Amino acid sequence: MTPAAPRTRRRVFALTLLAALTAALVLAAGASADLLTPESGGGSVNAENVDTLYKLVLAVAVVVFVGVEGVLLYSLIRFRARKDAVPAQIRGNTRLEIGWTLGAAGILVILAIVTFVMLDDIRNPPNSDADGFPTQRIANVENATAYQPRPPNGRALNIEVNGQRYIWRYTYPDADDNVLNNVFNYETLVVPTKTTITLTIKAQDVVHSWWIPDLGGKADAVPGHTNFTWFKVQRPGSFRGQCAELCGRNHADMVATVVAVEPAEFKSWLASKKREIDANNKAAQQRREEESEELREGANPRGSGNAETAEGE
Amino acid sequence: MAATDRALAVPEITAHSVDPQSRGWVSWVTTTDHKRIGILYLVTTFAFFILGGVEALLMRVQLGTPDNTFLTPSTYNALFTLHGTTMIFLFVVPIMAGFGNYFLPLMIGARDMAFPKLNALSYWLLLFGGIVFYASLFFSPPEAGWTSYAPLSLEAYSESGGIDAWIFLIHLTGISSLIGAVNFYATIANMRAPGMGWGRLPLFVWTLLVYAILLILALPVIAGAVTLLLTDRHFGTGFFDQGQGGDPLLWQHLFWFFGHPEVYIMILPGFGIISEVLPVFARKPIFGYKAIAAATVVIAFLALLVWAHHMFTTPSATIVLVFFMISSFLIAIPTGVKIFNWVATLWRGTVEFKTPLIFSVGFISVFLIGGITGVFLAVFPVDWQLHDTYFVVAHLHYVLVGGSVFAIFAGIYYWFPKMTGRMLSESIGKWSFAFMYIGINVTFLIQHSIGLEGMPRRVYEYPDVGNLALYNLISTIGSFMLAFGVGLTVYAVIRALRNGVKAGPDPWKANTLEWFVPSPPPVNNFDVIPRVRSVEPMKDIRRQVARQSEPAADLSPVAAGTRD
Repeated sequence: MTPAAPRTRRRVFALTLLAALTAALVLAAGASADLLTPESGGGSVNAENVDTLYKLVLAVAVVVFVGVEGVLLYSLIRFRARKDAVPAQIRGNTRLEIGWTLGAAGILVILAIVTFVMLDDIRNPPNSDADGFPTQRIANVENATAYQPRPPNGRALNIEVNGQRYIWRYTYPDADDNVLNNVFNYETLVVPTKTTITLTIKAQDVVHSWWIPDLGGKADAVPGHTNFTWFKVQRPGSFRGQCAELCGRNHADMVATVVAVEPAEFKSWLASKKREIDANNKAAQQRREEESEELREGANPRGSGNAETAEGE
Repeated sequence: MAATDRALAVPEITAHSVDPQSRGWVSWVTTTDHKRIGILYLVTTFAFFILGGVEALLMRVQLGTPDNTFLTPSTYNALFTLHGTTMIFLFVVPIMAGFGNYFLPLMIGARDMAFPKLNALSYWLLLFGGIVFYASLFFSPPEAGWTSYAPLSLEAYSESGGIDAWIFLIHLTGISSLIGAVNFYATIANMRAPGMGWGRLPLFVWTLLVYAILLILALPVIAGAVTLLLTDRHFGTGFFDQGQGGDPLLWQHLFWFFGHPEVYIMILPGFGIISEVLPVFARKPIFGYKAIAAATVVIAFLALLVWAHHMFTTPSATIVLVFFMISSFLIAIPTGVKIFNWVATLWRGTVEFKTPLIFSVGFISVFLIGGITGVFLAVFPVDWQLHDTYFVVAHLHYVLVGGSVFAIFAGIYYWFPKMTGRMLSESIGKWSFAFMYIGINVTFLIQHSIGLEGMPRRVYEYPDVGNLALYNLISTIGSFMLAFGVGLTVYAVIRALRNGVKAGPDPWKANTLEWFVPSPPPVNNFDVIPRVRSVEPMKDIRRQVARQSEPAADLSPVAAGTRD
């Protein structure tokens, strides 16, 4: 072999590497495009942190991808069978092999460290803003199998989310211990902005999964368990999501929308909802009384009817 | 001395004339010959592959446009349950057993498997498992997905017998695989050719050994789990019913304790096929034989410790999330090592672009994407967003289609000449690859974006928001290209069976012992079992032949040039 051959090889290798790095940088810039990253704009800070973490992993991934594919492509072109080409009978290279094992491990150590650094902000909610909706101290949840993340001051608007085939039910907290008179709603979760919302997530029948992509990751609703997540929306807006765990035939239609409104507007919504529910309860109570009265009145004819049959026999 | 001469016998000498094998269908039904059982396995599982593929196409048609009404929700749910179950339990796992059945004895210089009758039993159990499962089409197929999560799979939410058919499929194919695994293990442990120590075992056999061990460790868990599900459904035991002191999460733990090793059960023999094909067509020994064998064992061990990364979104303590993130990271290291070793095997070789090699290279380039997206999913906060979306669908198909299926096709093109004595058409093979390669990437690359846009998996319809309509249409078009590519290979096989070019015993000048015998091999495989002196016994034999047939004086430069 002439001494020129290794030099050319090295130059081609350097060029490939350069091309790989350029491509990686271009792709990393393009990573902010919708195609490669989760939607996250205007949502909650935890979703934005997950998005950042995702982009960091993506950047590392693109470098690894371009590097390996580059070397693969290069060796296919450079070392294709040609006349007079003699394959090198190499069986291994211990130092090289130890090197790339440690290299792979090193990349993963970095990813792990980055994850741990970012985890706190993703998992633990911040305090509500001073001009947010007034919050309560989060009570301990019964049967909790997982630790419920809390803001530093321990106060948040804690809403219970209940997955049922094929709808989501939300129960808002109130001052008394009776949960039967609490404000509730289906499908649309109305929340105040600038306020830390913590969710305790439960399921009525089968496993569901609560997921609003803009407001953070999924939390499975598992029967017999309580799961937790949180979000905090700064500006009013509407965020859609849907059940992410197969729950039956209409799984695709089990949608959820979070509507964030100004705290004052939320307060009036809560009050009007409360009035509406109270009115409905009262109407229902009245209907029940009327029905039971009808039943009492109707007891006679039925009784006589029975008597008639008895006489007939 | 005479024994040594026979041990160094050349292929021409072993060609012998024995009574032709009986041919009627009775001889196939009653066969205990590992090669015939292997062919039964391969044909049966490929038929199930086509069935599963048709199911996938129906789903892609449904998803081709938003708010489509081509399929009803229950049909759609049944289709993805059938598709996933078929591809995993009736195609990828057993087709690896099919290759193993045919080639394991040939590669280690054995005349059959250790237990030929059990071998036949394991095939018939597989076939009847498949029939029992598909019989559910005539009443009501299962609709709970291939994971059959409780409580959805309990009687209260799935009254029909479909889930029971699924349970029986798991039991029958599970027993089939267990018997097969014990058979593989016994054969590898006891029936290797003289001189074939563990350090000279072909890498495909190494992966089969680890495949067998993983099956033996993982299958009893799923067998127990589905038995509990069966008693829950019919005898009110309530193991998975929160209302009776049971726990839906128990099902998930048991299922994934089996389910994740299952992923490696499906991919490791594929790794083995790639490790056999690459050195043959690069004309260069595999780079880092010991590292690849060791990586296989390490992957198998770690595979038993990563199951809960499928459950990152369930109520879990942080320590659990962290443990399973780290263990999933660890498994990426030996997997990466294998990829580096394969690329290094091509480096400074003389790469011959035959169809088996092209599929193998396609495997490396596409499987890499599946491996990398696996790291995304291991980072649990990122998984909270990606879990159960089309991103995961894309990831697992890059691993199973780009990985296992490409390896299987590499195996088909590589070994077809040995099994039939005829070559598959190179040109059809390359077209088939081109369509499959483009098809896979068109279908599944865009699915990452579909998932990132917020579309969950297992939904029969989606609204026309964002780019979902366009992305899904692209994916649907890709799936038909992929199907066309598969169809070309089916055509190539039929054509070659009728009038393929005769292959001869060793068309590729390969390294392992199956190429020592005629194609197709005689019933007893080997008249004389050659003594194995290295990890590439056929190379030694060819060198020996050359040395015997040439004058001694001409040998020295060649011998010096190819010394190891």
